[in-house]
Amino acid sequence: MGRYLTKRVLFILVSLFFIVTLTFFLMKAAPGGPFTTEKGIPPEIKQGLREFYGLDNPWYQQYFDYLVSVAQWDFGPSFKYKGQSVNDIISRSFPVSLILGLEAVFIALGFGVLFGCIAALRHNRLADYAAMVIAVFGISVPNFILASLLQYIFALKLNWLPVARFEGWEYTILPAVALSAMPLAFVARLMRSSMLEELGSDYVKTAKAKGIKQSVVTYRHAIRNAIMPVVSYLGPLLAAILTGSFVVEKIFGIPGLGNEFVTSITNRDYTTIMGVTVFYSVLLLFSILIVDIIYGLIDPRIKLSGGKGK
Amino acid sequence: MRGKSKLTIFMALALVMSLFLSACSGGGNTEGGTTGGSSNGDSNEGTTEGDSSSGAKMAEEQVLNINIKTEPPSLNPGTATDTTSAVVIKSIFEGLTRITPDGVKPAMAKEIKTSDDGLKYTITLRDDIKWSNGDPVTAGDFEYAWKWVLNPKHEATYAYQLYPIKNAEKAKAGEVPLDKVGIKVVNDKKLIVTLGRKAPYFEKLLAFTTFMPVNEEVAKANPKWYTDAGPNFVTNGPYTLEKWEHKDEIVLKKNPKYWDKENVHLNKIQMVMVEDEQTELNMYNNGELDWAGMPTGQLPLAAIPTLKQKGTLNIKPIAGVYYYAFNVEKEPFNNLKIRKAFSYAINRKGIVEQITKAGQIPAMALVPPSMFPENKKGYFQDNNVEKAKELLKQGMKELGYDSVADFPEITLSYNTNEAHAKIAQAIQEMWKDTLGVDVKLYNAEWKVYLKKLEEGNYQVGRMGWLGDFNDAINFLEIFKEKGGNNYTNWHSEKYASLLEKSYGQADNPEQRMATMKQAEKVFMEDMPIAPIYFYTVAYVKKPYVKGVFINGLGKSDYKWAYIAAH
Repeated sequence: MGRYLTKRVLFILVSLFFIVTLTFFLMKAAPGGPFTTEKGIPPEIKQGLREFYGLDNPWYQQYFDYLVSVAQWDFGPSFKYKGQSVNDIISRSFPVSLILGLEAVFIALGFGVLFGCIAALRHNRLADYAAMVIAVFGISVPNFILASLLQYIFALKLNWLPVARFEGWEYTILPAVALSAMPLAFVARLMRSSMLEELGSDYVKTAKAKGIKQSVVTYRHAIRNAIMPVVSYLGPLLAAILTGSFVVEKIFGIPGLGNEFVTSITNRDYTTIMGVTVFYSVLLLFSILIVDIIYGLIDPRIKLSGGKGK
Repeated sequence: MRGKSKLTIFMALALVMSLFLSACSGGGNTEGGTTGGSSNGDSNEGTTEGDSSSGAKMAEEQVLNINIKTEPPSLNPGTATDTTSAVVIKSIFEGLTRITPDGVKPAMAKEIKTSDDGLKYTITLRDDIKWSNGDPVTAGDFEYAWKWVLNPKHEATYAYQLYPIKNAEKAKAGEVPLDKVGIKVVNDKKLIVTLGRKAPYFEKLLAFTTFMPVNEEVAKANPKWYTDAGPNFVTNGPYTLEKWEHKDEIVLKKNPKYWDKENVHLNKIQMVMVEDEQTELNMYNNGELDWAGMPTGQLPLAAIPTLKQKGTLNIKPIAGVYYYAFNVEKEPFNNLKIRKAFSYAINRKGIVEQITKAGQIPAMALVPPSMFPENKKGYFQDNNVEKAKELLKQGMKELGYDSVADFPEITLSYNTNEAHAKIAQAIQEMWKDTLGVDVKLYNAEWKVYLKKLEEGNYQVGRMGWLGDFNDAINFLEIFKEKGGNNYTNWHSEKYASLLEKSYGQADNPEQRMATMKQAEKVFMEDMPIAPIYFYTVAYVKKPYVKGVFINGLGKSDYKWAYIAAH
């Protein structure tokens, strides 16, 4: 286990290095810079700005300086927000995105697994069809349309929930539901098909033949095995929810990181682009690692130490 | 069922549209990366919302809820350059003068005396002015703030706003030391400013954010005083910064130490940051906002016709022009008659009535009618199809083309935005119908687009300009030299010399006006741009919101705002 972890962490560091390098050069290659505005800035002021932010140094020096500061987890000052560092921006925006993201993941997982199981157990009956109609709806309706619909119905017409912003728990409900619709549908479909497969497998038949109660068969055996594909989907799911929350955050006026991620690119806010990218990468690489570990815990057949164990 | 699906489709369309519209909101511009627009505000043409007579009945609770869309990039007057920051800064800080509904008035200053040659300004401060922490506002605070901006080591993009001051430009470039700059503190209440060149608009400039003071003692003790609300954020304006939740909301409170507090009525201004236009309108409809739309927010384009029908939409013309720049170095636009033909063939009335729909004024001139009233009519006739066809023929002859098919491929460029796209498509069709010319459309993200224009890598490109200060010279100067904001590569000695001439006529406004109009005529004769329309601001507000001052440049000031009894 220890060797496995060291190896994985090493891989993560190598991936991070490539991500930083690639982002750095792609960003520099994008036309326009942080000081490109339609209003001409006098040359001496532009020069002063470039010196202030170290953009005057040769590219390799900028690159190595950047690598060093990333290694120290210091992302530098934001170009756009004066006096604020990228670390500040991340530490104030990420908790918001995280709360929203986790809520969405719980909704997606909870209801997705539930719907999938019901659909499989009531195969080809009304409940199955109903669950799958919901799933198709969830996959095909983009989250920003769903977000607006929810806002229209629950905030404007029914007045049950606030229209927008992020001032308390009741504010998170609509955006979390909007964010979770797609993964929920996906999880439900995934769960249904793998559950159907497990329910038809030999060990379930054996268990039933031995007279074990249906509920025990379902809960103790079938679900535990059927949930595997869902678990491996968790990593990409978290990634999709965290980085894809931009539109939902915008519609609900939520000060999250997804928004920062996208606007920093339009602003050519170099340090913010890099900082947020690196931050997301670290987060996602580690979440994949954690998913792999969970995987091993659920299914003893998968050995983390792997290799040709004696 | 049918009704429901229709609703869904409508919602989807409205959404997609609002997404595109707001996709390009970089740089703090009010209209999707539209134009040059700093926050320098002044005007005698401005309007105050509602009845400003002091006899009006006030509501118990004086709280105003507005949306400022985005996090203000900087609340330090020295480093702010965008409109969002300026709205907040203007509420919490105050310069030597302030732009009021009655024109420029002394604010922190009691008296401003100008020398006969117009170069020396002797400024006496008011006696009763205090910072929010109780310190007196001194002449030294102004000197400190201005020299901080001019220090070459400091990051202050708008330092060039101070360039009329003697040696300011040289100091910023590091050529002369800061104490050579024409700013002299005589005593705590007296300041002498020497200009390097005549600037008839200097008193208006003194109201601009970059000219606002900073409490020297506090700023020196805490170099990062401006990043968060708290005891270090010391201000001298009508309101104080009570709360600043980054990217979420700003709360301003009435400043009890403000010298003119009798005329400040609001106890609290709550500024939320909601970027989505439809959400903003929803919050307004739900009573969470008292105001939706410009100047601080934006109404969704799709909602404007409905709001207009309901009669709740307010529209005000502002000093700004939306135009298509011709690259006069690229064929066929190197030919004057071709440029004219393309400009005449545009149906501007159709565009403002069918596409933009917010009461914009068709533009057949460069300077907005608020500055040159006769420009409502302009220099040529809108949608002059016959003339356009004729000019096209003549132009082709001059260039040696037999038919429009021989033209090099023509591309019309614009930055990615739903409204810009719609206008470009309409004009593409007009040019096809009237001139028989096939035009390709090209769009790019804002910064990529600007780079392309800067490099002269375009034929026809969309641009816009929102006035920095309420003077025609601000529009005319764009095209004085090549480069800078003039992407057309057009240059005229005659035009430049007329503008030079107008600088010398500062003492004679009528003559100056005539010279500037002459210059505009030279410009329009050469048609390096095809003006499309003059901007407006469109908004809805609750009927009880009164006294919000919107100046001729479309910037708002909340000093005199109040909530009427309702």
